[in-house]
Amino acid sequence: MTRRARLAMFLAGALGLAVMLACAEIFLPGPEKMRSRYLEQINLRTAPERNITDAVTAVNFDYRGFDTVGEEFILFVSVMGSIVLLRQPEEKQERSLRDAVTEGRDVPPSPAMRLWIVAMVAPKVLFGIYVVTHGQLTPGGGFQGGVILASCALIIYVGENFDIFKKVMSHRWLELAEGGGAGLFVVLGMIAWLWGSPFLTNTLPLGKRSELTSGGTIPLISIATGLEVMAGFVLLLHAFLQETLTKSSE
Amino acid sequence: MIAIQLMLLLLVAVTGTAVVFARNPLTQPVGISFFGMVLAAMFMAFQAPDVALSQIVVGTVGLPLMILLALAKMRRDKREDQEVAKGAKR
Repeated sequence: MTRRARLAMFLAGALGLAVMLACAEIFLPGPEKMRSRYLEQINLRTAPERNITDAVTAVNFDYRGFDTVGEEFILFVSVMGSIVLLRQPEEKQERSLRDAVTEGRDVPPSPAMRLWIVAMVAPKVLFGIYVVTHGQLTPGGGFQGGVILASCALIIYVGENFDIFKKVMSHRWLELAEGGGAGLFVVLGMIAWLWGSPFLTNTLPLGKRSELTSGGTIPLISIATGLEVMAGFVLLLHAFLQETLTKSSE
Repeated sequence: MIAIQLMLLLLVAVTGTAVVFARNPLTQPVGISFFGMVLAAMFMAFQAPDVALSQIVVGTVGLPLMILLALAKMRRDKREDQEVAKGAKR
């Protein structure tokens, strides 16, 4: 494509965007007036019905819990697919690990950075656990907390090296946590069947409002999601780092 | 509040354009990371803290990291191909 044709295409697109934006500005109500009936219902019902204070978590893990099961399995399958694609044969793995330790990086991290990162890991893990377990009370929940926990593994690699990363992250436990988290979600959904209610009905005792145990199955589902997301991201990181940092055997 | 929202919307537009104009693949993840931060601040200003939290972890940590790792892998593959080509010549 020539430069002129590209420019013409861009101008056509920009014109279309400008027209749409102008229409939106003129005809659509502002964000303050965009209060749909669904939003009002959710805001009214969450506290009395589910005894929790974060309506978004109630939608994610309860009212629309079935959608979240689907999303969780999307993540599960994509992590599995990436690992299958990136997986190396056993004997190659051992040799490449040795290479990675010796020539994995050109410049080692400075002592100041290592100290800072070692000091950061524990508070970061704590914060991740906090976000996972307080999803029903404050913004956050399993997904966000899970990724925060997974990024702890990343900073361990940044501050140390792949060898230490591998030692800290046991592959078997991660696989167990990933599959277990995804499975636990479904099992928690099936608990409702014991009372003869549909899948993912919130049948457990709701507890006291604004306490950690409030919300019945919601905090449990949040923890299951956190487990799955954390393990999934660390496994992905593991596979990617292994593949990028190691030299292939020749 | 309106002023903050307007400013953040403007910043989103500017940083988004900057990401598009960064032609070097190595600088793009840095730009995307910054863009993600601004986007998260914007979600916060529009009173969606849950979305902002997800945006921070995915947009500023997850996505740039995956892009960087993919770039590193591509570079390694290229170097290996060159080495193989050299070996064949010899």
